[in-house]
Amino acid sequence: MMGDIVTVVVWLLLLSGGFFMVTGSLGMVRLPDVFTRMHAAGMVDTMGAGLTLAGLCVYSLHDGTGLVAVRLVLVLGFLWFTSPIATHAVAKAALSGGTTPYTVGDARLRAGQAGAGPDGAGEGRTGAAPDSTRKAPAEDERGRGDR
Amino acid sequence: MFAVSAAAVLVCMVLAMLRAVLGPTAYDRVLALNNIGTKTVVLIAVLGFVNGRPDFLDLALAYALINFIGTIAVLKYIEYGDLGASAPRETGTE
Repeated sequence: MMGDIVTVVVWLLLLSGGFFMVTGSLGMVRLPDVFTRMHAAGMVDTMGAGLTLAGLCVYSLHDGTGLVAVRLVLVLGFLWFTSPIATHAVAKAALSGGTTPYTVGDARLRAGQAGAGPDGAGEGRTGAAPDSTRKAPAEDERGRGDR
Repeated sequence: MFAVSAAAVLVCMVLAMLRAVLGPTAYDRVLALNNIGTKTVVLIAVLGFVNGRPDFLDLALAYALINFIGTIAVLKYIEYGDLGASAPRETGTE
C-alpha cells in the first residue's frame, strides 16, 4: 500500500521533471536570442533538475538508504546555487560583449520580412547595427526562415 | 521508471547540443554547454538508480563543481581575453 503510493509519487515527480526539461530544451532551440534562451535554460536548471532529483530523493527515502537522499539534496542545492550565478555571468558577458536584447521591434521587423517585405527591412536592420555581434542574430533568423 | 527519465534527459541533451552547434554567438554556445553539464549531472544521478548503484551521486556532485568552474572560466576568457586578468571597473550600461 505504502509502496504503491510512493511509486505513484515518484512517477509523477519524474514525469513532471521530464516535462519541464523537454520544454526548456525546446525553448533553447526555438527562442530568438541569448537572453530569451537563458530564460528557457533556467527552467531546465530549476524545475527540470529539481523535480527529477526530488523524485529520486523520495524513492531513496522509501528504499531506506537515507545517506543517498542527503547526497541528492547536496547535488540539488549546489545546482540551485550555481546555475543562477552562471546564467548571470553569461548575461553580463553578453551585454558587455555588445549583444543587444531581442525586443518587440525586432519581432515586428521579422514579421515584415516573413510577409511581402518590399521595404528592405533586412538591410535597414543590419545597416543600423554595424558591429558584428549585433549582426549575428539576424543571420540566425534568416536561416530559420529558410528552414 | 528511471529509464524513462534517463531517456528524457538524453533527448534534452541532444536538443541543447543542437543549440551549441547552431548558436550564432559564443554566448549561446556557452549557455548550451552549461545546460548540457546540468543535464549530465541529472543523468549521472538517474543512471545510478537505473543500475541500482546510487554511489554514482558523488560523481554527479563532482561534475556539478567542474561544470560551474568551467563555465565561469570560459566566460572570463571570452570577456577579457585572458584567464589571469583582473576584472576592470565597468563604466558601461549595467
